[in-house]
Amino acid sequence: MIRELHEKIRSGEKKAADIAAEHLARIRERDGNLHAFLDVREAQALREAEAVDQAVAQGESIDLLAGIPGAVKDNIVLAGERTTAGSKILDNYVSPYDASVITKLRAEHAVILGKTNLDEFALGSSTELSAYGPTRNPIDETRVAGGTSGGSAVAVAAGLVAYALGSDTGGSIRQPAAFCGVYGLKPTYGRVSRSGLIASASSLDQIGVLASTTEDVAIVLSAIAGADALDGTASERPVPKYEDLLTGDIKGKKIGVPNEYFTDKLDAKVKAAAMAALDVLKSLGAEIVPISLPHSHLALPIYYIVQPSELSSNLSRFDGIRYGLSVNDQVDSLERTSTLLETYLDTRKVGLGPEVKRRIMLGTYALSAGYYDAYYKKALAVRAILRQDFQKAFETVDVIFSPTTPETAFKLGSKTDDPLKMYFSDIYTVTANLVGVPAMSFPIGTIVDDGVALPIGGQFMGRWFEEETILNLVHAFEKADKRVSL
Amino acid sequence: MLSTDDVKHIATLARVGLTDAEVTHFQKDLSAVLDWFEELKDVDVTGAPAETSMAPESNRAAADVDRVSGEAPRILENAPGKKDGYFKVKSVF
Repeated sequence: MIRELHEKIRSGEKKAADIAAEHLARIRERDGNLHAFLDVREAQALREAEAVDQAVAQGESIDLLAGIPGAVKDNIVLAGERTTAGSKILDNYVSPYDASVITKLRAEHAVILGKTNLDEFALGSSTELSAYGPTRNPIDETRVAGGTSGGSAVAVAAGLVAYALGSDTGGSIRQPAAFCGVYGLKPTYGRVSRSGLIASASSLDQIGVLASTTEDVAIVLSAIAGADALDGTASERPVPKYEDLLTGDIKGKKIGVPNEYFTDKLDAKVKAAAMAALDVLKSLGAEIVPISLPHSHLALPIYYIVQPSELSSNLSRFDGIRYGLSVNDQVDSLERTSTLLETYLDTRKVGLGPEVKRRIMLGTYALSAGYYDAYYKKALAVRAILRQDFQKAFETVDVIFSPTTPETAFKLGSKTDDPLKMYFSDIYTVTANLVGVPAMSFPIGTIVDDGVALPIGGQFMGRWFEEETILNLVHAFEKADKRVSL
Repeated sequence: MLSTDDVKHIATLARVGLTDAEVTHFQKDLSAVLDWFEELKDVDVTGAPAETSMAPESNRAAADVDRVSGEAPRILENAPGKKDGYFKVKSVF
């Protein structure tokens, strides 16, 4: 899709400004219901597109992403523009700088149509926890989009943009991609710079891509990956042109299927869809290998110690002094007798939503004197053991396969009262973040629920920095065009 | 089960103000999550390193050169209270 659009823009068959205008019109038509966007950059996007048209008119060669309409999750900053992270505490925050991924997209003359909705501070699994209201699933508007990159997934699924950037701390790209029937890649930790991504949990966060084809994911990944002086954890390994490595040849590739992910507890239809996908991959020449990841059942408890701990530290900067909302900000007023501590407490009381407070408190508890060893330090040690499970598995297999989610998109409001229930949505996705490997969700079929055919996703996890292996397997599956309907 | 005083104490440490309804809610929620963490108690972690960093390459340092960022005025624009190029806060004491 990106390649076709590129060809039209490059040849002069179609103007980038017209493509942008068509997509903006589609946003106006559909986004009132879907609420994928928090801000639409109509004027800026048209200016960006016109610059591409001028370059084409002057006979200049243009990059693949030049003039292609995209969107960016609203926890990634653009200089001089508002970034809310889905929170009221940042309602009026204007970033002084561009995120490094934005610098890279601008260098390719990408056209950014807007900022997409997310659960507040990227905490959640449904995009219902945005302080600005939920995003709705375009396949069935009574259902959630998934989260936390729900706005990005819906923008792609509804054809409002060609691709969108998301962020993934425990499944926030892959789970909404699965719920909306699109492709979503969380790269290896360190493949893409995190500079300018509002931090949730620094050892888990990674920026990635959602798009409607594997090739489009590959094209955008090639554009945003690579070393960055502003992120010491961004790897200096060379970045291949991932889109040129999609041969479709997967003969002899070994796909590991962990028995811990396919127990009796797994929904029968989800299991059937996953098995059908494995049959297709086998018919294309891949080898299916049963494996064991013995510590899998500990991934969620580890995650819900490590993630809130890092979050509580990262979010301490939102204190009513340096950015955004501040309660008691009339510091000159003689009538006010409140203290600095009260400014912190009152600002965060009003500015942060319940899930953010819950996680900050969990993290603060896990890091507090007397509990640090029992919770945080213990979780880090078990995380290292989990990583060893993966190192061992990758000695015999090239990738690991599972469903992306234990279920299809659920109804709006059905899990918001029970945080633990919501946490279990991430059971197949958190592990890739804990061990740092790349992971991708791809549509494997549909399951009918209440008369609606809802998308279901499969997930590949690959070796560290071997995104091309996953992308090529997904590409081969996509081209085989044998998704199951259950 | 955490007591309401425990919850209020954690909230103060976390610099989060809570409504009374939230205190009751979080007492239940946090206790449930903490119970769930008990699953990790019996895991033998002998010899497993407690790594805090996931960085694929260690200790990549930036070049040690000074520069004028020039960004201070733009950064201050986001501050609710400011004076003479500084953030303004209430007196601590």
